[in-house]
Amino acid sequence: MASSRGPQSPRSPHPSLSLASSQPYLSVSVTDPVKMGTGVQAYISYRVITKTNMPQYQGSEKIVIRRYSDFVWLYDRLFEKYKGIFIPPLPEKSAVEKFRFSAEFIEMRRRALDVFVNRIASHQELRQSEDLRTFLQVDEEVMERIRSYETGLFKKKPADLIQIFKDVQSKVSDVVLGKEKPVEESSEDYEKLKHYIFELENHLAEAQKQAYRLVKRHRELGSSLSDFGKAVKLLGACEGDNLGKAFSELGAKSEAVSLKLQKEAHELLMNFEEPLKDYVRAVQSIKATIAERAAAFKQQCELAETIKLKEINLDKLMLTRSDRVREAELEYKELKRESEEATERFEMIVRLMNEEIERFQEQKTLDMGIAFHEFAKGQARLATAVADAWRSLLPKLEACSTT
Amino acid sequence: MMGSENEGFEEAPLHSPKEKSESTLLLHHDLNSVDRHPLSDPLLSPTSPNSNPHHPHDIEPPAYADVIFTPFDSSDINGSGSPLDTSSSSSSPHGFSPSNYSDYIKITVSNPQKEQEPSNSLVPGSNTFVTYLVTTRTNIPDFGGSEFSVRRRFRDIVTLSDRLAESYRGFFIPPRPDKSVVESQVMQKQEFVEQRRVALEKYLRRLAAHPVIRKSDELKMFLQVQGKLPLLPTTDVASRMLDGAVKIPKQLLGDGPAVAPHEAAQPAKGGRDLLRLFKELKQSVANDWGSSKPPVVEEDKEFMEKKDRMQELELQLSNASQQAEALVKAQQDMGETMGELGLAFIKLTKFENEEAVFNAQRVRAADMKNLATATVKASRFYRELNLHTVKHLDTLHEYLGLMMSVHGAFADRSSALLTVQTLLSELSSLQSRSEKLEVASSKIFGGDKTRIRKLEELQETIKVTEDAKNVAIRQYEWIKENNRNELERLDVERKADFLNMLKGFVVNQVGYAEKIANVWGKVAEETSNYVRGNS
Repeated sequence: MASSRGPQSPRSPHPSLSLASSQPYLSVSVTDPVKMGTGVQAYISYRVITKTNMPQYQGSEKIVIRRYSDFVWLYDRLFEKYKGIFIPPLPEKSAVEKFRFSAEFIEMRRRALDVFVNRIASHQELRQSEDLRTFLQVDEEVMERIRSYETGLFKKKPADLIQIFKDVQSKVSDVVLGKEKPVEESSEDYEKLKHYIFELENHLAEAQKQAYRLVKRHRELGSSLSDFGKAVKLLGACEGDNLGKAFSELGAKSEAVSLKLQKEAHELLMNFEEPLKDYVRAVQSIKATIAERAAAFKQQCELAETIKLKEINLDKLMLTRSDRVREAELEYKELKRESEEATERFEMIVRLMNEEIERFQEQKTLDMGIAFHEFAKGQARLATAVADAWRSLLPKLEACSTT
Repeated sequence: MMGSENEGFEEAPLHSPKEKSESTLLLHHDLNSVDRHPLSDPLLSPTSPNSNPHHPHDIEPPAYADVIFTPFDSSDINGSGSPLDTSSSSSSPHGFSPSNYSDYIKITVSNPQKEQEPSNSLVPGSNTFVTYLVTTRTNIPDFGGSEFSVRRRFRDIVTLSDRLAESYRGFFIPPRPDKSVVESQVMQKQEFVEQRRVALEKYLRRLAAHPVIRKSDELKMFLQVQGKLPLLPTTDVASRMLDGAVKIPKQLLGDGPAVAPHEAAQPAKGGRDLLRLFKELKQSVANDWGSSKPPVVEEDKEFMEKKDRMQELELQLSNASQQAEALVKAQQDMGETMGELGLAFIKLTKFENEEAVFNAQRVRAADMKNLATATVKASRFYRELNLHTVKHLDTLHEYLGLMMSVHGAFADRSSALLTVQTLLSELSSLQSRSEKLEVASSKIFGGDKTRIRKLEELQETIKVTEDAKNVAIRQYEWIKENNRNELERLDVERKADFLNMLKGFVVNQVGYAEKIANVWGKVAEETSNYVRGNS
């Protein structure tokens, strides 16, 4: 998957290349953030442009207007339907009020949403999703209706998710079943994976925290250089003569370097800190999938237990030649079917996850490689600019001291 | 010696408790065994004070020992000492390297030791104090020796400073270290002693750098005379009176023995020379509110302009000094956060390697290792850059401190002028009294024995006052000359020092920016395959 715009936006091959071949392509852009409404109700809307040759889509190009909650809806739907697949992560929900409409925040969110949709569009299975088609095509009003209707019904309550996480993390046996047996998979590979994911989140969060601090440090250094420059200029005005001139030159240069630092701080935020944040989010998304897997496993186990009980009951009934044998037999058949379905679901999740994890590792190596490159490039660029700026001052200082 | 620790009545309440608390502190720490190695720069790892400051141990896990470090080779234009100078963190502010003087004096303060005064007190340890070894290396012939050491206590520094202030009025005398009030519970004893040691060394070096003061008898005695310092703590008039050695100027008390004119010309000290102080106060009020101009005024316009300039300079220096502090802190923080980031990636690398299931993980771990190594290197460079920046920008702080000396020198001038004015007023009022007496006594035939005697006495007083006035005027002129010379010297030295500071600062920034660019350039190169071949 080649990266054509920004370090992390995957896209399927360029449309012009694919027209020749009949390779299906689906390319999406999230653009033009616009503030809508006023006061507490205010929100940002985005233009979502879809270019495709896939038959399931109406037409080759479509433009719709979407807001953040629409993206959340899409994530939730995909998470429900495609258990086992790591759904691409969304940027964080809420921000501190004063920050919510800052240009920087809006731009970061726009980029993250763009990446989000494109990852879905590039994913072999996810791109087939009907919900994706809905998201990319229906009118704003229709979207709003769908979103508010389905959010109520299908959204997983936070309490459920927390409970699932607890089950995943603890080794305490299931109290609900009243059994001593833990309803957790005991495979070594799975244990390893869980441990890896949970530990990885900690390490990444730390790295991201430091990266964010580094951005701040750039801004602080820039700010203090600017203040220093101003103070030195004033000192120069007071001194006068050659010395005064030297001070003035230094002050001006200091202010110039300060600007370079501020610029690099922004680059650092966009091209290094944000990818790290994205990585953390991706790991959190995997944790959610792990929770789904655990839920599926638990369901399978529960059904297996219930079936055993039903079998025993059925035998009993058959022995006593009860009238309820038929009823019980039907129930039993029904349960057996459910159990098979549950097993199928669980096994599919396992299979999908194995594929996903390999893909994830490869993708992340690429993503990080790019992020590291941008980071190093930015730092090198900054340092070179700083060196050049200060160096240009030296002949002037020499001139001041010889006269 | 009663009250000899204190500088003036008004300061007594502040300082005597301090002396006690200092000795209480000494009870709890034994300094005898310590030949103190100077504290390493607080900018570096605090846990290894004896390590070479250029190889901090805080982030260097064994697996990454290939983080090679090359200390910055600055062609140190700022003659304030090589960056590898670990013998002392203080340095002379003046850009003139020792070779600018064909003679040199190098002073070191070291080896603080607890000592005890033979005490008649029942309380053990109540007369303990700290002495410092003051070592001087010089080739000035006046000293009659090229290397010598004496033991001095802080009290001696105060004495030295007071005596210099009296003998060198009008000069920009470097301010001595504060008699700080120490709370025994709050400050670690060793920390305080070390801070004081550094401050004393700085002060003595500044004295030695002053072209006039370095040749003073007071300094010579301080540096050379073994045993007790032979300088009297003060020439304060009132305390010498108490010692029975003083004669108060007749004209100031109205009665009593005459005093040598040069003593009369000394400014009224503290709260003890009360009558004299009162007269001078009266004079200064008359100067401010009187209907007639005082006989002599500050006429030197050039001086007034310079004074205003100094005020403005002080203001701007203070501001620049503050911003320099903030800049240094920001550079420090940058270095630290870089270090933390590097550490986080080192941990990630280790983790991925340990847990690797897929090859992609190992590749990523290798990439992270490169990044971490570069980040750690950059972090070190920032910290080293900052060490040098601190040294360079310290010049701003030094000159700000010097402004205090300038104030002192200008104050000397004002008080000398006030003395002249006071004596002139005195003289004029004495003369008018004398005239009145003459007129009155001439009206009595044959003369009035009492009046004639009084007249004679008055004439005597007038003569002494006249002499004192002349001395005072000479003093004043001398102080004015000192002011002028010092201002000139300050301008010349300041210009040189500041230009050096600027050059040093800039060269430093360039050098380290280049090193940092280099480090990152390599990583950008190594990771360029990730962005190559993008459509």
